[in-house]
Amino acid sequence: MTTPSASDGARPAAAGRAPSPAALGNAADGGAGQEPLLRLHQVGKNFGPVQALTDINLDIPAGQVTAIVGDNGAGKSTLIKTISGIWQADHGQIFWQGRQVHLHSPKDATNLGIATVYQDLALCDNLDIVQNMFLGRETLRHWQLDELSMELTAKSTLADLAVVSVRSIRQPVGSLSGGQRQSVAVAKAVMQDAKLVIMDEPTAALGVTQTRVVLDLIARLASRGIAVVVISHNLTDVMEVAERLAVLHLGRLAAIGPASQFDTQSVVELMTTGALSRTKDDAAKPPAADRGNGESQRRRDDALNTGEGL
Amino acid sequence: MSTDVHEPPPDAVAQADAAAAESARLAAPEVIADSLGEYAKIWLKRVRNGESGALPVTLGLIAIVIYFQVRNSLFLSAGNLVNLLVQGAPFILFGMAEVYVLLLGEIDLSIGYSGAIGATVTAWVAYSAPWWVAILAGLASTTVAGAVLGIIITRLSLPSFVVTLAGFLGFEGLLLQLIPHTGHGAGGTISIPSSIIDDLTSGTLTPAVGWIVMVAIVAVSGLSMFLRDRRRRASKLVTPPVSITLLKVGVMAAAGVVVVLVSNVNRGTVTTSLRGLPWVVLVVLGMLVLWTALLGRTRFGRYIYAIGGNAEAARRAGVNISLIRTLAFTLCGLTAGVAGIIYASRLGSSSTDVDGGQLVLFAVAAAVIGGTHLFGGRGKMIHAVLGGLVVAAIYNGLYLVGLSAPATDIVTALVLLAAVTVDSLARRGQSTG
Repeated sequence: MTTPSASDGARPAAAGRAPSPAALGNAADGGAGQEPLLRLHQVGKNFGPVQALTDINLDIPAGQVTAIVGDNGAGKSTLIKTISGIWQADHGQIFWQGRQVHLHSPKDATNLGIATVYQDLALCDNLDIVQNMFLGRETLRHWQLDELSMELTAKSTLADLAVVSVRSIRQPVGSLSGGQRQSVAVAKAVMQDAKLVIMDEPTAALGVTQTRVVLDLIARLASRGIAVVVISHNLTDVMEVAERLAVLHLGRLAAIGPASQFDTQSVVELMTTGALSRTKDDAAKPPAADRGNGESQRRRDDALNTGEGL
Repeated sequence: MSTDVHEPPPDAVAQADAAAAESARLAAPEVIADSLGEYAKIWLKRVRNGESGALPVTLGLIAIVIYFQVRNSLFLSAGNLVNLLVQGAPFILFGMAEVYVLLLGEIDLSIGYSGAIGATVTAWVAYSAPWWVAILAGLASTTVAGAVLGIIITRLSLPSFVVTLAGFLGFEGLLLQLIPHTGHGAGGTISIPSSIIDDLTSGTLTPAVGWIVMVAIVAVSGLSMFLRDRRRRASKLVTPPVSITLLKVGVMAAAGVVVVLVSNVNRGTVTTSLRGLPWVVLVVLGMLVLWTALLGRTRFGRYIYAIGGNAEAARRAGVNISLIRTLAFTLCGLTAGVAGIIYASRLGSSSTDVDGGQLVLFAVAAAVIGGTHLFGGRGKMIHAVLGGLVVAAIYNGLYLVGLSAPATDIVTALVLLAAVTVDSLARRGQSTG
C-alpha cells in the first residue's frame, strides 16, 4: 500500500509533503477545524442480505469538488441515493453542517439544500429553458404565471454560471445540445439554492467540447462555495476537475484523499481491486484505513496477494 | 443578434456558434428575432425543417376552400360560410376537449356519448327549470363523467384508451336508457324546450353588436399583447419587434372583419331577412380564450405540458401527476358537455341516434389535423379550431358537391392521415436534423 505518489506532479496541492490520505480525508481537508458541509459517519446500507454500503466515512466540504469513483456495482449509486434521500441509511449517521440529520425522503434532502442532477437530467424537452428551471416552483402574479420575473431570474442564474451559447432561454430544451442540457439541469439546482450539488455521470453522453463546458461549469460551482459531488466512470474528467477523490470498491471506501495524491493508474487499481499493490512503496500504510476500514482493507489485501496476478 | 447570456470561453466559441445556429432553427422566431426580416428568415428556416406549426393546416384549409369553390360556387356564399361556422362549432369544441387529454399523451373515446348525455340532461332539466340551470346541470353531468374516468385511470393506473372505451360503451347504453326515461323522449328523441338554448346556434347578434364585439375583442387582445411587450422591453428581455405584433393584431382584425362582414350579409330568403354573427361563434371564441389562458398562464396548464413532455421529470419536480391528469379528464368532460349542448342545439334535440363514435373520431381528427401531437406535450386550443374548421369544410363541401356520407368519411380519413404524416415527418426531420 502506498500513499499515492506525489510525483504525478502538476498538482501543487501536495506541496512537497504527502500526508496520509486518511488524515486528509477526515479533518485537514475542509480547512483546519472547519465542519464539513456533509459528513457521513460509518454509514451502511443493505438490501436484504446484500451489503451495498459498509462503514462509509466521508466528508464533503463546501466549495470543493469531490469525485466518487468506482466500478459498476461498487456502490456509487447507492451512496448518492442515500445522500439524496431516496434510500435511507441502515447504519451510521449523517451530519449536515455539524448537525445530525435523517433523510427520509428526497424532499428532506432538497430542503437541506442537496440537489441531485441525475444522468437522465429529468428535463421536459417540450418546455423551454425557463419553464424547465422553474418546473414545480413557478412564481405567480395575480394567480397567473409570472413569466417575466421567472425569465429574469433564470437569465441571471445562467449568466452567473456563465452558461454559454444559449441563444434564447425561451427555446425548448429539446433543441439544446447535451452540454447545454446538463447546464440547464445544473442551473436549475443552483437556482433552488442548493448548497450541495450531486452530479451523476455528468459527462457520460457528451462529446469533447461539451465535456469541456460541463467541467468548467463544475469548477465554477465549486468556486461559488457550493459543494459538488461528481460520480463518474471517466477518470480523465474526474482527475481534471476533482479536488478530492473517493474510491469505492464493493461497497467500501477503498481510498479517499486529495486528488493530487492519486494518479490514474492508482485509481484504476483501487477501483478494480480495492487496494494498491505494494510495488511502489511497501512501507506506507493503506490509504483506505480511515476509520474502521482497515480490517476489511487488510482482508482484501490478503485476497489480493493470493489471487491477484499483478 | 445579442445572446441572452455572455462570456463564452474561447474554446467554446465554435460550439456556441453551432448552437446558435441550432437554436435559430428551432426556437420560435418571436423569442429571438428582433426585426421583421430576421423573423421571416427564422420562420422560413423552421418551416423548412419541419417545425411548421399551424402552417400545414392553414394551407390545407385554403386548398380545400379553393377546391370546393371551383366545384360549387355556393361554397363561398355568405349563407354557406356562416352555416359552416355553425356546423364546425361542435367539431371544434369536441376537439378542444380532446386537446386536454392528447396533451398528456392520453385519449378520451367517451366524449361523444358523454356530450350527448350532457345535452340530454340539459334538455330534460329545461322542461322544468330555467335555461341556465339546465345548461349547468348538463355540464355538471359530463364533468362528473370525465372526473370519474380520470379517477379510474389514475388511481388504478389503467390505460385511458381502455377505460374511456368502456366509458364509450357505458355512456351509449346510459343514453339509450336516459332518453325514454325523461318522459319527453318519445321515439328516442328529446327536443329542447328552451328557445334560448336553441338560439345558441340559430340566434344571431344584430349587425351593429357584431361589429362592436369584434372591435372590442381585437382591441383588448391587441392591447394586452402590446402591454406584455412593453413590460418585457422594460425588463430588457428579448421582445418581438413591434412590426410583428402589429402584423399579428392586423391578421386578427382582418379575420374579425371578414367574419363579421360575411355574417352581416343578408343570407335570408326573399321574404325573410337573416343576418348577423351567430352566438355560437362567441361561445367558441370564449372557450378558446378561456382554455388557452388556462393552458398558457397557470401552473395547471404548465404541468399538463410537463407531464406530456416527461412525466418523470414532472414527478421529480413535485408535480402531483394523478391530480393533474384527473383534472385534465374532468375539463375534457366539461368541454365535451359544451360541445354536446351546442350539437343538440343545432339539431334542436338530443336523440338516441347520435353517432358518438364518429363525433370522437372527428374530435381527435380536428385536434390532430390542427397540429396537436398525438403522443403528448405539444398542442394548443387554437389547433382544435383550425382542425375543426377543416373537418367542417370537408363535411360541408362534399355535401354541396353532392358526394355521399361514405365519401365524406373517406376524405376525412385521408386528411387525418395526411395530418398525422406531416406531424411525424416533422418529428423525424427534427431528430435527424
